[in-house]
This record gives sequence, structure tokens and C-alpha cells, in this order.
Amino acid sequence: MHTLISDLFIKHFDNAVLTQQGDSAILDLPPGKTAFTTDSYVIDPVFFPGGDIGKLAVCGTVNDLAVAGAMPRYITAAFIIEEGLPMQDLERIVSSMAKEAAKANVMIVTGDTKVVNKGQCDKLFINTAGIGELDPSHTHIASGETMEAGDKIILNGPIAQHGMAIMAARNFGNFNTSIQSDCNCLNHLVRDVLNTGARIKFMRDATRGGLATVMCEMASHRELGVLVNEEDVPVDDNVRGMCELLGFDPFYVANEGKLVMVVHPEDTDKVIRTMKNHPLGKQAAVIGELTPDHPGQATLQTAIGGKRIIDMLAGEQLPRIC
Amino acid sequence: MKYIDEYRNKALVKNLVKKIEDVVRGEVSLMEVCGGHTWAIQKFGIPSLLPENIRLLSGPGCPVCVTSKRFIDQAVAYSRLDDVIIATFGDLVRVPGSSSSLDLEKSKGADVRMVYSVIEALDIAKKHPDKKVIFLGIGFETTAPGTAAGIKNAAAQEADNFFVLSSHKVMPPAMGALIDEGVKIDGYIAPGHVSTITGSGIYADIPEKYGVACVISGFEPVDILQSVYMLLQQINKQVYTVEIQYRRTVKPEGNQLALQIMDEVFEPVDDWWRGFGILPASGLGIRDRYSRFDANRMIPVEVEETADEKGCICGEILKGVKKPHDCKLFGKVCNTTNPVGACMVSHEGACNAYFRFNA
Repeated sequence: MHTLISDLFIKHFDNAVLTQQGDSAILDLPPGKTAFTTDSYVIDPVFFPGGDIGKLAVCGTVNDLAVAGAMPRYITAAFIIEEGLPMQDLERIVSSMAKEAAKANVMIVTGDTKVVNKGQCDKLFINTAGIGELDPSHTHIASGETMEAGDKIILNGPIAQHGMAIMAARNFGNFNTSIQSDCNCLNHLVRDVLNTGARIKFMRDATRGGLATVMCEMASHRELGVLVNEEDVPVDDNVRGMCELLGFDPFYVANEGKLVMVVHPEDTDKVIRTMKNHPLGKQAAVIGELTPDHPGQATLQTAIGGKRIIDMLAGEQLPRIC
Repeated sequence: MKYIDEYRNKALVKNLVKKIEDVVRGEVSLMEVCGGHTWAIQKFGIPSLLPENIRLLSGPGCPVCVTSKRFIDQAVAYSRLDDVIIATFGDLVRVPGSSSSLDLEKSKGADVRMVYSVIEALDIAKKHPDKKVIFLGIGFETTAPGTAAGIKNAAAQEADNFFVLSSHKVMPPAMGALIDEGVKIDGYIAPGHVSTITGSGIYADIPEKYGVACVISGFEPVDILQSVYMLLQQINKQVYTVEIQYRRTVKPEGNQLALQIMDEVFEPVDDWWRGFGILPASGLGIRDRYSRFDANRMIPVEVEETADEKGCICGEILKGVKKPHDCKLFGKVCNTTNPVGACMVSHEGACNAYFRFNA
């Protein structure tokens, strides 16, 4: 186990806090508010177009901090490894985590490893927790308590890439496609936007349950209406094609590099401009707004001009018969 | 996206809506038979575009919805056998049976796999020669030829561990039965995919015997609105006929090869439909020469007594007599998380579509 730790984890995650190898990581944090989050990652397959479980575990936790308005600083990494997982696979995953953490400018400061018998987990499970510094002027973002009717809803790019890339990687429906997961850390993009001083009222990354779920959550917890314009929501053609064929609604398909921001209407242009200057926001768009009518309900203005509600998804999306 | 966006063109939609507004006279009830249409109509928000005097009724064309509870109970009973793998279309797994569902059995350890086609089920059978793989054959003329081809392939490959539990049905008997029962329908938006296989001849009775307009429609908004417009014209002129709007796919003579395969493997049998009871020659049973693939005959299993849900009006909704909102259970006891009736489960079911898009 010592060899595993020194040869693999310390080699790749190398940083001053981790190399102390104490029972706890000793951190420097400025006084004030701190954001703290954790998530576990289980995904089949562990390698997929556009990423792997390691990259996902870093991005997921970094993004949960970033959308709370915090600046991610430190993360932990705990591994549950199924006996028989090839060493080179583990190394590839660990190295991908290190690379992603460096890109996001976060330190992996402590961790844990357990090996379980074959069949007791599926190849590899990873848990990451993260700590971020939260500027006192951003404490309202996580709850969205300042959202009001008239605020605009901004999305940073095309939806449903991650979910459909995973479907294709599982060979679901025998697809041969170029779809890549959008798995990425969004903290630098968020930082750029916050640095403009734009009035950001709320942020949420649209992961499991997709964009639709975020829209429903927004509508329900502030008792405001949400109106989304389908035409303005970017979806890549290859993703749309696969969704059409399989009978999936891209609005409910998972993303791993997409976030929704609720912005004061006067600051919309500034936010869009800033996002477009960042590689992860090139296709940023205003997709809708908060309305005083239909409180608690998310409504979609369909591409043909009709209207319907957006509802929470119950369970998994099931493919249709014909 | 090519060949899709053209049929979702906002300007074309607007133009068609205007034309519909211009020609509609009085109250008109149109029924979309196919669950795919119900889903598309709600998904695109078409009712919000149409004049109020046009009522769109959802018909009996959601395969999951019309399938009997006994079929689910039998599938559940099979899934509990140690040497059985159930291969099924996704919609079916959450449909409640009398006391369980395939989803529930799966969570208890049953081997239930979602497939997109019968061919995948046959592949599973080949990979697991020690197991019996039972494919749940449901759907209308759209999916029946696929199942038939699967059975023929299984015969050619001597796949002795592959079986089909067939609840395949044919569309026209239910369309006739609805009018016989006195449901007021001025026009049928007839199913596009069924007709791709069958051709347009199967609906001849609708205008001739019943004097009801009939247009075979595609599934995109422009298709559906154009079909509504064509129906209104037939109704106004009182000249009823079967027209094909979905010309890019449907030929009057249908797909002869598919029909042949279907006929070779299946024979018409009386079948039970939710909301209708038994309709003569409305189901497809597996012919004797392929009986060794018929799960029903080859794998005896004890099936629990069918228990009906109280208060559920799925049957009347399937006949277009009632709308989902008329049901006391709708949106309360019965919702997409905990469906009581089959119409709340499938995306093609009227209750599901109304609940998700139109609450």
C-alpha cells in the first residue's frame, strides 16, 4: 500500500500539503466564509470520450464549489478499487485527476485508498470533497435568494453532450458517433464572470437530470416563473440526432461542463461577452428569464412557438417503443 | 438538423395555424391514434397553437397502455424464474402489474434488460446459452415485423433458448370499435409508422363505413398541423377518404416484405385491450410452425390473479371519452413517479404526456 501511495498518488498529486503525509492535511485558509462540498463518482465505463472517472471526480467537485460563487482551493480524493483493476488503468485515471486539478488550480491535499474483493464494486469508485474560499459578496449565489422576476437566464454552451457520450460509450443502440463529454472545470469561467462585477443572482451546474431539472428547481424554490425559449438553447447536431433516434429529450440529459446563471437584466451583455471570451463559453446564450406569472412553474416556449411546461423527470429517461 | 428542422419551421407552422383558423367551422374532435403523435403534440405545445374549438383526443395507440395487466403479471412471473432473462423495450419496465413491475423485480435481482430491438434480445440468447431469453413482444404493425424477423432468425440459427411472449396487436379493429361504441370523432389522425408497414388500405372502412375523415400523418409539428388542415377540408366538404400526409414514408401499398414476414410468423387472434375488452382478430399470436419460440406455450408459469386498480380511468382515456384531467387520481395518487395506470408510464401515454407537458 505504501508503494501505491508513494509511487502513484504522491508522484502525480505532488504538492507541499500532501507530501507531509500526516493524518490530516493542514490548510491555509483566509478568514471569512468557506464553501465545502462532497460527491462520489461511479460511472460505467470509467473511460469515455472526453474524459474518465478521475477527471469527472475533480471537475464535479470543483464545479460544485464554483457555482456556489466560491474559489476552489483544496480537494480530497478517496478511492475504492475493485481487485483486478489493471494498474495502468488506475495510473491513467490518477494522472488525469492530477492534470485536471492543475488546470483548475486546486490542490489534492489528502486521500484514502481501499481495495475490495471482485464484485464488491465496479472497477473503481472515487469520492472527492472540496473546500473553496467564498467572498462575502457572493454568499447569496448558492441559495438564489436575490432572484427576481425580469432576471435573465444564461447557459454557457450546448447541452446533453456528457449523457449521450456515455450512452454511446456503453454501445447503447450500437452507435458510432463523434460525441464527446463536456466534462470540464468551470471555475475559471465563473471567476472571469464574477470579476466583471456583474450582478449574478444564482448559479447551478446542470448535471444529472439536465437543464430541465435546474429550471424546475429554480421555479420551485423561489416561487417565480421560469420561461425558457427552446430555440435559444444550444444543442449540437450530433447530440440532437442521437437523442431523436433514441427518443431522449436533451433537456433531461446529463452535462458535466454546463452551468446556468441567473443575471440582472442590465448585466446580461457583459456576462455573455465574458463567457464568449472563454473556451468553455463560446456558445453562451441567454435562454430565458424569470417571470412574475406562473410562479413555481417552468415553461418552455417551443421552437415552433407553442408553450408547454417543463417537469421534473421521474426516474430514468426510458427509451420509447416506436 | 437536416430532414427534421424543415418540419419544425416556425414560419411554416404559423402559416398552417393561420390556414387552420381560416377553415375551421364549429366544434371539431380529432383523434390522434398513435402514442407517438400524442407525445409530439404535447412536446411541441401544439394544443396551445390551435383554435379552442379543435379538440385533440388521444387514442388507443400507445402499446404499453392497451396491454393487459395479465401480460405484465406473466412477464413478472417469468422474471422470477432463475434461468430466465427478460429482454424488453424500455417503456414496459415501469408498468405496474397486479402486485409488482419488472422494475421492482429487477431491483430484487431479476435479470431484466432493456433492448432497442428483438435482434439485441437474440444476441443476448446467443451469449447466454444456459438461460432462457424471453423477449416481450408488444406494439402494433410497427414493431410486429421486427419481432417476426427475430423469430425467423432464431429458427435459422437454431437458437433454442430464445422465446417471445407476444402481445402484438393490429390497429384497425380498435379504430372501428371506438366509433361503434359511439365516441364522437370527426377525423382520425392516423398512425404514420403503422401505415408505413400496412399501407393506407387498412383504414378504408373509416371513411366508407363510418363517414369519418382520415389522414395518415407524420410526427413533426408541420406534419401534424398539415394533417389537421387536411382533415378539416374533408370535414368541410363532407367528402371522406383516406389521405396520406406522411408521403415521404408511407406508400399506399405499404411494405410488402414486412407484411409477408409478419404473416408468416403471426396469425390473427382475439385479443384483450385496456378500455375495450376483447376485440376479434385484433391480436397477433405466434403460428404453430414457430410455436417452439412461443413463451406462452413452451414455458409454463403460474401467474397471479389480476387485480384491477380502483378509480383508474385509463380505459376511458384510451377511448378518448375522457381526458386525463377528468381522472380523480391524475396528478395526485397517480403521477410519473408512482404511476397507477399504464397511461401514466409510457411517454406515449396520454396521462404521462399531459402530466409532463400540460399540467
